[in-house]
Amino acid sequence: MASEANAVGGRRRLSGRVGLTALAACAAVVSVLPVLWMVSAAFKSRSTVTDGNLIPTEFTVQNFVYVFTEVPFVRYLWNSFFISAVITIAALLFHSMAAYALARLRFPGREKIFMAIFSTLLVTAPVVLIPLFIVARELGLLDSYAGLIVPAVFNAFGIFLLRQFYLGLPKELEEAAVLDGCGHWRVYWNIVLPMSRPILSALAVFFFLANWNAFVWPQVVTSDQSLTVVQLGIASFQTQYLSNWNYILAAATVAALPMLALFFTFQRQIVESIKTSGMK
Amino acid sequence: MSSVAAQDHRTPAAPAPARPRRGPGRKQREWIAAGLFLAPDAIGLTLFVGVPMVLSIFLSFFQVSGFGSYEWIGLGNYERMIADPLFWDSMKVTGLYVVILVPVLFCVSLGLGLLVKQKLPGMGAYRTALFLPYVISLVVVGVLWKFLLDEQVGAVNRAMRAIGLEGESWLGDPTLALGCVIAVMVWVMMGYYMIIFLAGLQEIPKEYYEAARIDGAGPWTTFRTITWPLLRPTSFFVLLMSTVAAITGGLDLIFVLTNGGPANGTSLAIFYIYQQAFGFGEYGYASAMGSFLVLIMVVVSAVIFKLTRGGRFDDGE
Repeated sequence: MASEANAVGGRRRLSGRVGLTALAACAAVVSVLPVLWMVSAAFKSRSTVTDGNLIPTEFTVQNFVYVFTEVPFVRYLWNSFFISAVITIAALLFHSMAAYALARLRFPGREKIFMAIFSTLLVTAPVVLIPLFIVARELGLLDSYAGLIVPAVFNAFGIFLLRQFYLGLPKELEEAAVLDGCGHWRVYWNIVLPMSRPILSALAVFFFLANWNAFVWPQVVTSDQSLTVVQLGIASFQTQYLSNWNYILAAATVAALPMLALFFTFQRQIVESIKTSGMK
Repeated sequence: MSSVAAQDHRTPAAPAPARPRRGPGRKQREWIAAGLFLAPDAIGLTLFVGVPMVLSIFLSFFQVSGFGSYEWIGLGNYERMIADPLFWDSMKVTGLYVVILVPVLFCVSLGLGLLVKQKLPGMGAYRTALFLPYVISLVVVGVLWKFLLDEQVGAVNRAMRAIGLEGESWLGDPTLALGCVIAVMVWVMMGYYMIIFLAGLQEIPKEYYEAARIDGAGPWTTFRTITWPLLRPTSFFVLLMSTVAAITGGLDLIFVLTNGGPANGTSLAIFYIYQQAFGFGEYGYASAMGSFLVLIMVVVSAVIFKLTRGGRFDDGE
């Protein structure tokens, strides 16, 4: 009797598992299909781009050649890469310094300063877009790399995550270093930074991704063609080549591919940074 | 010996001890070090977050025209806002958008989180696939979906016709267009919140589930009595983040996918504010509307906080 019931339960669990697997597979396909569609359309000719086939019937790279020759796309890609890289490096340096001070040093008003920094998390960028633009204008940052980079460096999110991480590091290591006569800079640079490599690399990928994908601020702060970032390039390309879907989707694929490559390489780091961002 | 930084910034009052000792010298050095460590971010955040935050309210009392011409008009911008039907339309669109997007996104991500938590064959690949749209920029997402939703040539209508349905003018009908924006946003963001839920689910001790199974609890009972209450901090975080993101985000997608149209059907408040500021140079008026939006956001956040009890567990636990 009992074994029979077990067998039935087991069979039910098995069929449940098959159902769940099928459900997960379906969801995964729905999730990825649009992206596959874009990449495949980018390799189709003008006449077949809307044929609805997932595999191009006439495979061509002509769209990419066109995109790169008609529009200074290389320049756009370089601009995006340059500003994303500089923002990421500067942000990681400054945020980890601030986080080190907030987590490991004792000074008057520490908690108040932390709360003040933390409260800026509630201010989302689009809401302060107008005054930020005016501040940037007063500082002479419009239409410059500095204007694209400097305001994007500062956000409390990174400081917060790094501070949480540093609070969890064992105190003994740095106490020994301080007793040996290490200054705070050396403790930070030689001990704390190397120990925080995992969270730094997670944040690095996350920052790079966010800044590569940035659109609104670059649109506000630049009008100079030579400063156009790739997202702006795509948006204006789209209005310019209306309904030339093969070109538009080739351009979109060019903008998305570096991030997809980054995603597949650093998937674990991205997931980690998201997991920690949900940390209480 | 002490490091370069410590030597440089030692206070003149404290003569350099050979080794750092406990005492006022060390304490002061710690303060100075803290100040230097904090300086870049403190200055940056003040200049690019703090000042704009204050300036935003300040600007809302001015008529700003052209470059640097500010005229105090008191509550003039707010009066204009109250009388502006387009602003209220955009608030209605925003309300509808938030009220639909947030619960749908919540349920979909929670469902996916529960799903990908299971140990099933190929789960790594499914997780990757579900998370993939998140890394694509909203501009590219907008371009892509404009193509897929195109009335004539889009894959969505093509698929509908293939199974014998009429195609729809997805982006041509104001109601459908808003639905499309919401659906696309869910598609983009579900992987992100799925990961957050997954992290929250993995924190729940396995013993609880084992105990529930021994007690003979079914999946629904287990979810209701264990998963749901213990997931409260995560749920709070997801609700709050997705609501704030819904109220203030999505500009990039709107720009590319619908440009606020058709008939302002997807003109979210943040889009309308952007247009007023950077389309017409109405910085003062736009700041007034922005400040109002922040106020709404604070109220909504407070309500969420109240409803989820700040993400804390039940008092009884």
